Amino acid sequence: MQQLNAWFTDLLAGNEIFTANTLGYYADGLATTVQLVFLSLIIGLLLAVPMAIGRGSSRPWIKWPIFFYTYVFRGTPLLIQLYIIYYGVVFVEGIQDTWLWLILEEPFYPALIAFTLNTAAYTTEIFRGAIKATNKGEIEAARAYGMSRAKMMRRIILPSAFRRALPAYGNEVIFMLHASAIASVVTIMDLTGAARFVYARFYAPFDAFLFVAAIYLCLTFGILYLFRYLEKRLLAHLRPQN
Amino acid sequence: MIDLQGYGPRLLEGALVTIELALLSLLVSVILGLLTASAKMSRSWLAHRIATLYTTLIRGVPDLVLMMLFFFGGQIGINMATDWLYYQFDVDIFINIDEFVAGVATIGLIFGAYMGETFRGAFMAVDNGQIEAARAYGMSESLMFRRVRFPQMMRHALPGLSNNWMVLLKTTALVSVIGLTDMVRVAEEAAKATHEPFTFLIPVAVVYLVIASLSEWFFARLQKRYDVGFGGEECNN
Repeated sequence: MQQLNAWFTDLLAGNEIFTANTLGYYADGLATTVQLVFLSLIIGLLLAVPMAIGRGSSRPWIKWPIFFYTYVFRGTPLLIQLYIIYYGVVFVEGIQDTWLWLILEEPFYPALIAFTLNTAAYTTEIFRGAIKATNKGEIEAARAYGMSRAKMMRRIILPSAFRRALPAYGNEVIFMLHASAIASVVTIMDLTGAARFVYARFYAPFDAFLFVAAIYLCLTFGILYLFRYLEKRLLAHLRPQN
Repeated sequence: MIDLQGYGPRLLEGALVTIELALLSLLVSVILGLLTASAKMSRSWLAHRIATLYTTLIRGVPDLVLMMLFFFGGQIGINMATDWLYYQFDVDIFINIDEFVAGVATIGLIFGAYMGETFRGAFMAVDNGQIEAARAYGMSESLMFRRVRFPQMMRHALPGLSNNWMVLLKTTALVSVIGLTDMVRVAEEAAKATHEPFTFLIPVAVVYLVIASLSEWFFARLQKRYDVGFGGEECNN
């Protein structure tokens, strides 16, 4: 550890911009970005699954509201959605007197809400496409076994739909990571926020932004390899045998 | 009607900036995309490597970070270049980056990478026999591109192209962050000044929705146009 520390100090010696202090900002920013992306993806996923099922429902009062929601959230820029939620929560009648205000006062939570709603809309459409593409024979077989609709959904349709949705969902995860840079606009100190701070402090755009771009690139590749591994594992039964 | 409190004309101007920005960046990105696709398919090792590096780097980094890098870094980079010219050769020029031009160049550069991937896939989907037939007719490379490859490639490229355009349209909102006065920036300023965020932000969101819906309709028509000759199932073998 001591050796590592010495090596680190040596490396940074004479560097005016990347001191331990500014690297700390980047580290905090990384933590914020990961939290924001991870939480919004998890909550978005939980919201998207029932909505994707409902989107294929034959009842118009279930189907159309979900369609409208995904249409609006996929058709407008995330930045606008973030602004509407960030500037808008203050104007919800009486919200400042409730406990909710303690949470919403910080910019982190409005951003989390905006990101969650956005990714839920995209994920809903991805899953709906995957559910729609289910092989008819599988459904017929499940019916022939006398499965109820809920059981068929749980045992047959969803497991195969999730696997089919995996590549598209991987893209959505990367998209979300990249979209999270927008959080810096509403004063959140995420990775991009840290880079903007370093840029403003030292007036060194290349150092500040190239460094953060490299971090994003590493994260992107990490996600890419994770999903490639998952695809290999989960879609193993579809690979040609020889 | 909603009361825009005198921000109406500025919002309209902002909307025009958004549309101009989106269309011009689309043009830049399509040209860059075609170049990238041909570089990726070329036999030259260097061209292939450069194109791959370009698409990988651009697609791995958030749009906003790239935009800030090009926008804030671009001016400093140009200043450094002109300083160097001044000290070395005594040439005194001053170039000030226009925000709009920088916006178009950045968004075009970002989406050129995505377009490149779309076009590459589409070019590869064109039946080889078509190209052989064109060669047999003695067509030159450029004539073959214009008459055979491009029209048939577009059929495969349109779904991806339409998707890229939708993302590009939404990405234009980010220029408001780096100081270009598009409709998002006007709406944000108005929302802050009047304390009525919904009055300004929701109409802007609706404008985006309308543009997106119109483009969807337009691309559907275009797809029909390029699908001529591949119409029914029976002749699509």
